[in-house]
Amino acid sequence: MKSLFIWGLLSLTLLFTACSKNDEKPAPADELEGLTLVKSISNATHIIDLYTANGKFETGYNPIYFQIKTTSGSLVDNATSSWMPVMKMMNMSHSCPFSAIEKKQGAQYTYQGFIVFQMPGNDMEYWELSLTYTINGQTYTIKERIQVTDPTRRKVQSVMGSDNKRYVLAMMEPSNPKVALNDMSVLLYTMTNMMQFDPVDNYTIQIDPRMPGMGNHGSPNNIHLTQSADKMYRGKLSLTMTGYWKINLQLLNANGTVVKGEPVAGDNESSSLFFEVEF
Amino acid sequence: MKQLICCALLLSGLSSTGQTVPAQKDSTKVQELTEVIVISRQASRNKNSNLLSTVDQYLSSHEQVDLIKRGAYAWEPMLNGLSSERSVITIDGMRIYGACTDKMDPVSSYVETTNLSRSDIKNGQSGNAHGASIGGSLDLVRKKSGFGNNLFLTHLFSGFESNNQQRILGSDISYSRNRWYTDLDFTIRKAENYRDGKNQEILYSQFSKFNLSAAAGFKLNEHKQLEASVIVDDARDIGYPALPMDVSSAKAVIASIGYTRHHLSTTWQEWETKLYHNKVTHIMDDTKRPVVPIRMDMPGWSTTTGMYSRMEGKSSRHQFKLTASAHHNRSLAEMTMYPNDPNEKEMFMLTWPDVHTWYAGLFMEDNFQFHHQWTLNSSAGVAFQQHHLKDESGVKSLQIFYPDMKSVKNRFLKNFGSNLQYHPGNWRFSFGASYSERAPSVSEGYGFYLFNSFDRFDYIGNPGLKNEQSFSLNGTVAFATDRFSLKGQGSSFQIRNYIVGMPSPGLIPMTIGASGIKIYQQVPFATVYSGSLNASYGIVSGLSVSGKAIYRRGYTNEQLDLPMMQPFSYGVRLQYARNAFSAEASLDGAVKQWKYSPLFGETAAPAYTIASLGAGYQFKWKKNTFQLRSGVENIFNRYYTTFADWNRIPRMGRNLFLNLIIGFSEPLKAGL
Repeated sequence: MKSLFIWGLLSLTLLFTACSKNDEKPAPADELEGLTLVKSISNATHIIDLYTANGKFETGYNPIYFQIKTTSGSLVDNATSSWMPVMKMMNMSHSCPFSAIEKKQGAQYTYQGFIVFQMPGNDMEYWELSLTYTINGQTYTIKERIQVTDPTRRKVQSVMGSDNKRYVLAMMEPSNPKVALNDMSVLLYTMTNMMQFDPVDNYTIQIDPRMPGMGNHGSPNNIHLTQSADKMYRGKLSLTMTGYWKINLQLLNANGTVVKGEPVAGDNESSSLFFEVEF
Repeated sequence: MKQLICCALLLSGLSSTGQTVPAQKDSTKVQELTEVIVISRQASRNKNSNLLSTVDQYLSSHEQVDLIKRGAYAWEPMLNGLSSERSVITIDGMRIYGACTDKMDPVSSYVETTNLSRSDIKNGQSGNAHGASIGGSLDLVRKKSGFGNNLFLTHLFSGFESNNQQRILGSDISYSRNRWYTDLDFTIRKAENYRDGKNQEILYSQFSKFNLSAAAGFKLNEHKQLEASVIVDDARDIGYPALPMDVSSAKAVIASIGYTRHHLSTTWQEWETKLYHNKVTHIMDDTKRPVVPIRMDMPGWSTTTGMYSRMEGKSSRHQFKLTASAHHNRSLAEMTMYPNDPNEKEMFMLTWPDVHTWYAGLFMEDNFQFHHQWTLNSSAGVAFQQHHLKDESGVKSLQIFYPDMKSVKNRFLKNFGSNLQYHPGNWRFSFGASYSERAPSVSEGYGFYLFNSFDRFDYIGNPGLKNEQSFSLNGTVAFATDRFSLKGQGSSFQIRNYIVGMPSPGLIPMTIGASGIKIYQQVPFATVYSGSLNASYGIVSGLSVSGKAIYRRGYTNEQLDLPMMQPFSYGVRLQYARNAFSAEASLDGAVKQWKYSPLFGETAAPAYTIASLGAGYQFKWKKNTFQLRSGVENIFNRYYTTFADWNRIPRMGRNLFLNLIIGFSEPLKAGL
C-alpha cells in the first residue's frame, strides 16, 4: 500500500517535471510567491513589473523585486541592471541609500535589491526611479515616477548628527514582530553627497523600546546593535506584549560618542531618534 | 416516626461541643490527625450562630486557617501561616486549580455551605494524599444524605445581613432510600457594598452568587455503590476593594463519578475510585472603576481532569490507607490593555502561557496502635509532576527572560513523616516529624508580569526554580474531661529553597504606577512557627466558656519577616444552650502586629477587639421544624483591619444577621 503511494507520487512528479521542460516560458508564479505588484513601468521595448511584499513603496527599507519582459511577453533572464531613485524636490534633487541589483536567490527571471526611501512623495515633490539594464550587450533605460507613501509607523530616520554628518537609519527586522526576543537589524548610511549614500562602519545603535501608551514602560534583556560580518547592524529587541512600541535609539560613533539621540530617563520620555513597531 | 425523631435530634443542635472539633475516633478510618470544621447545617455539632454565613467564615473559625481578604468574597485560605501555593485545597478529594492569576478565586470560592458537610484539615506532610503540599491539605467534604434513611427531607432557608444588605435564599432537597439517594440544593446570595466601623462605604465590595448542586447514589449490591455529583457555581459582579480590578464573572462546573466497594476482604475494608472533571472561567476586568490609568481585561481559564483510587484496610493493630491519584490541569490566562489613543493597537500578553500540569502520586498512611495508650502514625508518598507550556508564543515571551528555557519540566516529589501519640487517661500527647516537597506553582514558575497590588511590584515567574523542601515538627498536648478541655498545639516548618519574589532593580515594571519587578527566587531557607492554645470549660449545665489564642512567626535565613503572619490573636466565647434556645457572646481580637514585612508592602496591623452576640431558637410545628438565628457581629461598630486584610482594607462594621430555616421531613416506606 505504502509503496503504491510512493510510486504514485513519483510518477506525478515526473509528469510535472516533464511538462515544465517542454514549456519554453513557464509561468514564474512560484518566483513571485508572497509578492504583490506595485507598478509596471515600460519603454518601447520592455515592460518591467515591480513587486514588494505589500504592494507599496514606503518610506523605510523596501526589498524590491522585478521581472523584465519584452513587449511580446517573454521574460528576460540574462539582464544586468542598476537603478537610481531620485527625489525631485521643488528646488533640488537627492537620492537615497540603495543596493546593487542581483538575481533573486533560486530564481530564473526575478531580480532583487533594496531601496531606503527616507521621505514620502507628494504631488509637487516625488520620487523618480531610473532603471538601466543591459541585455545581450545592448543597454536600455526606463525612467518613471513612482509613488512612495509613509507607513503608519516610522521605520526610517534621516538625521543630522552632532558631527554635522547626515545619517540615514532604516530598520530591516523585525518585519514581523512577536512577543519574544526578536532579531533586530538596521541599515546605517551616511550621506556623502546628495546622490551618494555610503554604509557606516563600527558604530553602535543603542535601543530602548518603550510603550508610550502604557506608562512608557520598557522591556528587559535588549541587546544593542553592533555591526556584524555582513556589515548589517544586528541586535536583539525584546517585546513583552503586542501593541505600539517606540524603539528609542542612540547612535554612537566608533569612539563611543553619541552623535544622535537621547537616553529615556527622568522627564525625557523619548529620544529624537526612534523607530516604531506596532503589532 | 423513628426517623422523624432522629431527624429532629439532628436538627436540634443541642449537643455542646465546639464548632471546631477533632474527628471522632472511628475504628475503621485513619483520621487521627485530621482536624474537622463542621459546615453542614443539619449537623448537631454546628454551633456557628450565623448558620448561613459563607464557607470562608466557617473556615476562618479554625485556628490553623488564616484567610486573606481582598473584599467580602472569595477569601484565600492559608494553612499554618503558609501561603496558598504551599497547601492543597480539594473538594471531596478532587483537585481544582483557580483560574485567576491574582488568587482571587481560591477553590473554596466555588462551593457553598449547602454543598458541604465538613472540612477536613491535615497538617503539613500528612496532607499529601491528593497533591504535593508542605503546609497541609484542606478537603471540603460534600454533604450527602446516604442510603437507607428512607426519608424525604427538605429545607428552605433565607437570611439577611444588615451591613451589606446580603440576601440569602436557598433550598435543599434530599431523598434517601435503601438502594439510592439524591440530593439537590441551590443557594443565591446577593450583597451590596459593606460599611466599615466608621460607617464609610467600602466601594466595590459587592458580590452575587448562585450555586447549584446535585448528587445521586445508587447501590449496585450490598457492598458496591456508584455515586455521581455536580456543582455549578456562578458568581457575578464581584468587587475586590483591595485590588485595582474586579471580577465580572467567575464560573465553575465541578463534576465527578465515583465507585465504592466495601468489605473486599477481612483486611481491605473500602475501595473508592473517583473520576472527575472541572472547568473554571474567571473574567477579571475594570469596567466598574471610573478612573484607571488604562483599561484592561484579564480573563483566565483552568480545566482539570483527574482521578483517585483509595483503599482502606486494617489488621489487628494497623489501619492503613493507600491513595493513588493523578490529574491534568490546563491553566491559561491573558491580559489585554486598551490604549487611550484609539489609533494604537490593543496590547496583549499571555500571563499564564497555557501551562499544562500533569501529576501522578502515590500516598500511603498507616496507623499502628502498638500499645493501648500508644499509636504511631506514619505516611509516605512519591509523585511525578510535569509542567508543559503548550503555547509557542508563551514560551517565546518567557524566553525573553530565560533564553535557554525548555517548554517541559519534570519533577519528582517525595514526602514522609511520622507522628507518635500517647494517651494516658485524660491526657493526649502527640509529636511528629516530617519531610515534604512541593513544585513551584503556575505563577511562580511561569507567571508573566503579574501585578501584586500589596507591594506594587510586577512578578515574573522563574521556570528554573527547584522544589521547595520542608522539614516540619509538630506537637500537641491535650487534656480533656467531661467539663474541661485544654489543647496546646505547636508546629514549625523549616523550608529550604523557599520561593519568594525578589526585586530586580534593573528591570522596568509594566503596570502603570508599579514600583518595580520582582522575580521569583529561592532563599536558602525560611522558618515558620505556629502555636495555638484552646480551652473550654462547662460552668454549669448548658453554659460553657471557651477561649483560644494563636500566634505565628515567619522569617527568612536573613531574618527578613515573612508577610501575612498572624500576630498574637485571641477569642473568648460564652455559650448557653437550654432546650430549644441557644445564645452566645464572643470577643475576638489581636494585639498590634510587631513582626511584618515592609518588603511585601505590609504595615503593622493595629490592635483590635470586637464583640458579637448571637441567639437561636427552634421549634417544631406539625412535620416542620423552624430554626431562627439572629445576632450582631461587631456590636460596637469598631473600625478595624487585620494582618490578613490585603492593603489593610477595613473590615465590616456592625452587622445584624437573621437566619430562618424551615425543615420538612416525611418518612418513606422502607424498600428499594
